[in-house]
Amino acid sequence: MIRKEMIAMLLAGGQGSRLGVLTANVAKPAVAFGGKYRIIDFPLSNCINSGIDTVGVLTQYQPLRLNSHIGIGIPWDLDRNHGGVTVLPPYEKTENSEWYTGTANAIYQNLSYIETYNPEYVLILSGDHIYKMDYEVMLDFHKANHADVTLAAMPVPIEEASRFGIVITDENKQIQEFEEKPENPRSNLASMGIYIFTWSVLRDALIAKKDQNNCDFGKHIIPYCHEGGKRLFAYEYNGYWKDVGTLGSYWEANMELVDLIPEFNLYEEYWKIYTKTDNVEPQYVSSDSIIEKSIIGEGSEIFGEVHHSVIGAGVVIGKGTVVRDSIIMKDTKIGDNCTIDKAIIAEDCEIGNDIQMGIGESAVSKLHSEIYAFDLVTVGENSHIPSNVKIGKNTAICGKTDKEDYPDGMLAGGEYIIKAGEGK
Amino acid sequence: MKALGIILAGGSSNRMQELTNQRAVSAMPIGGSYRSIDFALSNMSNSRIHTVAVLTQYNARSLNEHLSSSKWWDFGRKQGGLYTFTPIVTTSSNWWYRGTADAMYQNIDFLKRQHEPYVIISSGDCVYKVDFNELLDYHIERKADITVVCKDMPAGTDVSRYGVVRMNEEARIVEFEEKPMMANSNTVSAGIYIIRRRQLIEMLERCADEERYDFVSDILIRYKNLKRIYGYKLKTYWSNIASVDSYYQTNMDFLKPEVRKFFFRDEPKIATKVDDLPPAKYNAGSDVRNSLVASGCIINSKVENSILFKKTFVGKNCVIKNSIILNDVYIGDNTHIENCIVESRNTLRANTYYCGENSIKVVCEDNDRYVM
Repeated sequence: MIRKEMIAMLLAGGQGSRLGVLTANVAKPAVAFGGKYRIIDFPLSNCINSGIDTVGVLTQYQPLRLNSHIGIGIPWDLDRNHGGVTVLPPYEKTENSEWYTGTANAIYQNLSYIETYNPEYVLILSGDHIYKMDYEVMLDFHKANHADVTLAAMPVPIEEASRFGIVITDENKQIQEFEEKPENPRSNLASMGIYIFTWSVLRDALIAKKDQNNCDFGKHIIPYCHEGGKRLFAYEYNGYWKDVGTLGSYWEANMELVDLIPEFNLYEEYWKIYTKTDNVEPQYVSSDSIIEKSIIGEGSEIFGEVHHSVIGAGVVIGKGTVVRDSIIMKDTKIGDNCTIDKAIIAEDCEIGNDIQMGIGESAVSKLHSEIYAFDLVTVGENSHIPSNVKIGKNTAICGKTDKEDYPDGMLAGGEYIIKAGEGK
Repeated sequence: MKALGIILAGGSSNRMQELTNQRAVSAMPIGGSYRSIDFALSNMSNSRIHTVAVLTQYNARSLNEHLSSSKWWDFGRKQGGLYTFTPIVTTSSNWWYRGTADAMYQNIDFLKRQHEPYVIISSGDCVYKVDFNELLDYHIERKADITVVCKDMPAGTDVSRYGVVRMNEEARIVEFEEKPMMANSNTVSAGIYIIRRRQLIEMLERCADEERYDFVSDILIRYKNLKRIYGYKLKTYWSNIASVDSYYQTNMDFLKPEVRKFFFRDEPKIATKVDDLPPAKYNAGSDVRNSLVASGCIINSKVENSILFKKTFVGKNCVIKNSIILNDVYIGDNTHIENCIVESRNTLRANTYYCGENSIKVVCEDNDRYVM
């Protein structure tokens, strides 16, 4: 069999619990982004654009949407006779059947997949970042330095550096030390969770650490290689890279797309982002509509007003409805005369008429104060919201709700209604 | 499905003016996202026809590009598939396709090799949706030799550019006149036929012997009294694009809610080649009313009663009214476009004015997109 120079392993098994009800039924990499895409489209498109045609996608949490999205990889040209995309869920073994307990453990359980292609290098990616990156350039850097492990790292403002895993390098970018979320950071180079390993080094490390509980790349494998005297390098990346792990950063990253010329530009011919396209028809804008500073997906029908928002494909926004600073995902229908302010509404929701969303004062979430912050209203997929209700800030709704769920027609700020999905 | 499909996509039309300089009519962009051949192809695919041959001749580059992969219409299967036949030089023939019947005759080996008992023939320049299974049932029930799909045009339509038919009370076609000066019926042939494969082969061979080349005049009209030729009335939307006016009107029909619902929302849907474009973007200053906007567009100004095809860029302070902007057009600032069809890949300079006065104006500019 033809040997592959580098294959990618894409970690897509995490729940992404900080996205709250958005990940009630889907894994984080399958969450919609930018009016048309899903988060996993970015690393997958980066792979094919970088010339990597063999990608193993490790799934675990709620994989249905991911599986149907990826299929056999046609949208990314990853349907190959040899290689292509393979979805790798945890599987039963004669002894010691277990879930993926950590990022490195997931790779360890799929050693035989990597062996099939016998690559020289393995690229480890995670499915929860928005960025465009040429992994081939990173591989050239890896080869030029005769590195055993190369980490992609980006400079962050020094005052924020204590939120990240920080690497300290010498002038040749060889890594001297690691600091995980240091109080007084000595460098501003933050690890991005993207690694290139020389395959033999990775294999030895995974086997050596196979009995480690919750074996993780950042916590165990990288330190093991470092302590073992391997050559670790930091590949400095200076482009756009956004972690969309929290509702706030997810909302922000979407909103940045509507800037006049966004830093992360989807309209460039070079480095296209591919996705599975279910809707092909054009969108319709009615005679009474006002749309500005927004992006809108295929097949949507807009009869109301949309300001500074990201609207997915197949969405209907009724007459007299005003949507502001919001993200509305695929196939959601919003009735007439609603006011939607700063909301994230997931896929396939039905929102009635005369609803006011995102009103009143800010209030601390009673469900989870750290997740539901940012003054957002978050609605999980397949939710129904009845007509004539008012919904405050930092609220969460998931499932089919009816009039009785809203005392006095009101869901006050900080309240929640969870009737479906994980965490019910 | 017990039929194979043939799509006649060879034609040009001088009534399309400059629009067919770049492409065959079957490759004309329709409804913001589609090409006209998508309708025939999707209807066949949705009716579970497995084998489809597209016969092309005139200016087929754009069409071939569109058909470069059959996966969009789900034809990439082990059984059947999508075939494109252009005229070829062989030891026995070096002719172009001299007509629709000749086009099929030159590929008669293909017809003979298939196993499906019936053939559905559709022209590639019609916008319609039909379940061919119903058509086949109708054909078999009537014990017809040929069934012609017909459409009643609204009273007052000028039918002189169509084939006009008259049926008797049991739907048998008793009169068929191609492009008549004076029509005594407003029922027209939709350019969609069903016929038994053996029967078609026999008729095509006979035609070729007699040096006759056209399917309508040399088969349908000549055999009208000899064979059982029936009409099947299509009740739903059907439109044929053969002139600038009909092309404009067909596109504008998609602004009507019932037409949008029929083609965009009701199953089965029309498939087309996917271009991987980002969603449409509305910047500050955009004011879009009663319009269709396809993916990849960036809008900075006023658009009214218009259709923007994929990847249109509209600069600042423009006015676009009652117009159709085809794929990948760049419109500079302060440009006024009214009652126009702007040809694909055009670049319209800033501060220009285009207006169709009494008829629709076709705009074909040859400007460079990037000025150094």
